[in-house]
Amino acid sequence: MPDAASRPLPAVDFLKIPDDGAPYLEGSKCKACGSIYLGERSACSKCGTVGQLESLKLSDEGELYVYSIVHRSFPGVQVPYVSAIVDLKGGGTVKGNLIGIDPSPEKIKMGMPVKVVFKDALGRKDRDGNSYLSYFFEPA
Amino acid sequence: MSDVYVVGIDMLKFQKAGTAKSVQDLGSRAALLALQDAGLKIQQMEALYCGNLYQAGAMVGQRILQEIGQTGIPVVNVANACATGATAFREAWMAVKAGAYDLVLAVGVEQMGAGLLGGGGGGKGIPKEGLLGSATMPAVFAEAGMEHARKYGTTFEQFAKVSVKNHHHSTLNPKAMYQIETPLEMVMNAEMIAYPNTKLMCSVNVDGAAAAVLCSEKKAKELGLMKRAVRVKASVMTSDPWQERDLVMPDVNTCTRMAAKKAYEMAGVGPEDVNLVELHDCFATAEILHYENLFLCGEGEAGRMIDSGAVALGGKVPVNVSGGLLSKGHPLGATGIANIYEVSTHLRGEADKRQVPNARIGVTHVIGLGSACAIHVLEKVA
Repeated sequence: MPDAASRPLPAVDFLKIPDDGAPYLEGSKCKACGSIYLGERSACSKCGTVGQLESLKLSDEGELYVYSIVHRSFPGVQVPYVSAIVDLKGGGTVKGNLIGIDPSPEKIKMGMPVKVVFKDALGRKDRDGNSYLSYFFEPA
Repeated sequence: MSDVYVVGIDMLKFQKAGTAKSVQDLGSRAALLALQDAGLKIQQMEALYCGNLYQAGAMVGQRILQEIGQTGIPVVNVANACATGATAFREAWMAVKAGAYDLVLAVGVEQMGAGLLGGGGGGKGIPKEGLLGSATMPAVFAEAGMEHARKYGTTFEQFAKVSVKNHHHSTLNPKAMYQIETPLEMVMNAEMIAYPNTKLMCSVNVDGAAAAVLCSEKKAKELGLMKRAVRVKASVMTSDPWQERDLVMPDVNTCTRMAAKKAYEMAGVGPEDVNLVELHDCFATAEILHYENLFLCGEGEAGRMIDSGAVALGGKVPVNVSGGLLSKGHPLGATGIANIYEVSTHLRGEADKRQVPNARIGVTHVIGLGSACAIHVLEKVA
C-alpha cells in the first residue's frame, strides 16, 4: 500500500493550499482583454491571445447566480444537495455545492451573497487513501 | 450551387434503451426504410455519413454497409454529442451542395443505456459528482432554466407545461416511445430529479435510428423524385462562442441564436414564416429557452408563449409535434435526423393525425452540449 499524504490534497487543480496560510481558489487573467479563468491557462479563449495570462487569487466572496436542487444522482452520492453557480466578487465563476441552507426553492434566493469555504471533500478518498480538501459555498 | 433535397427519409419507432439487437441492425433497418421511401437502392448511394456517439470509434457506418450492401463507397463516421445525427446530415448536405455527389445517405443511430447522462467524472483524484455541484444533464439544464427564471420569473409550472404538451403530442405519433397523456399535476408531482426538472421533464433514453437520402436537384429531377422532395433551405452549425460563464455553466443560448440568425438569413425566411419546429427539448427547461433563441417569441416571453398554447398543435407555431425528446425519446446520434424526418413528414402532408395544416416551412434544431448547435430549415417543394 502506498502511503497516504500526511495532509489533504486539493480536490481540483485551481484550489491552492499554501504551506503557510489559508487555502484559496486561483484564477488567471488575460492581460490583453481582462477575462478571468479558473486555474492556469496558456491562452485566452475570448480574444485568442497566447502566453499573456497572469495568475490571481480569486475572491472568497460572491453571489449565487443560479442553482439546481439535485434529488437523483449516482449511487453513493448523498442527496438532496444544491448544485450552485457562483459569480465571485472581482471576477470568475465557480460551480460547487451550496451548503448550510435548506435545499428548498423557498429558501434559496438567486442573487444572495455567499462565501467560499474550504472543508474536507465529504470524506472521499482516492485509491491511495489520500484525503482531499474541497471548496463549498455558504450563505454569507 | 444546386439546391439539395431530401428525397427519402424515415425512422424506426423508438424503443426502450438497451433492447435493440445491435447498433448496425438499427442503422441498417433505418437506412433501408429511407432508401425504400425514395424508391432507390444502396448501389445508387455515392457516400454514407453515419452519426453515432457511443460506438464512435467502431466504424458503425461500415458495419451498416456490411449488413445492407458493401459497395465500396466512402463512409464518414461522425460524433458530436447530441448534435451527432444533424452533423451527419449536414456533412451529407455539404457534399451534395459542393457537387461532389448527387446521392448520399445519412444515418443516425444509437443504442443507449439507462439512467442519468453526464457527470460520470473520470479524471484523477476523487469523484467530483455531488462534491462540486452536479454535472448530470438534468442538473445542468435545470440551472440553464433557472437562469431564465431569474431573468424573467419563469415558473416551475410553466416549465412543466412543456412536458404536458409534448407528451400530448406523442399520443398522435405511433413512432414515439410513449403515447401517454401526462396532466400537469402528474408532471409536477413526478419524482424530482434536479429541481425544477422532474422525471417527466427529462428526455427518455431509447434505442433508435433514422436515415435520409439527400439528392442534388439535377438528379432528383432526372429520377422523377421532386414530387415528395423536401428542400434543404438552410443548414447551419455553430460551436459555443466565448461567454463569461460558459466554461463553468454551458451556454446553450448564444450558439443557438447565432445559428438561428444565420439559418433564417440563408433560407431567406423569418421566424414568422415558420409553420412548425422540432427543437432540442432534452429537458423541459431547455424548450422554454429555445422559443426565444429561435426567435419564435420576444425576449422574456417564452413563459407566456407556453401558457398561450401557441406552441401546441393547432397553435401559431407548433413545437415538437412528434412528442419531442421528452416523449418520442432521445437516442443521441439518431435525434438530429429523426427531427428532420418529423418536419419532412409534415411538409409532405403525410403526418396523419398530428399533421400541421398547410405546413410549408419547418425548422429543426439540436444542441450537443459542450457545445454544438445545428439548425436546418426545410421547405415543401410540390
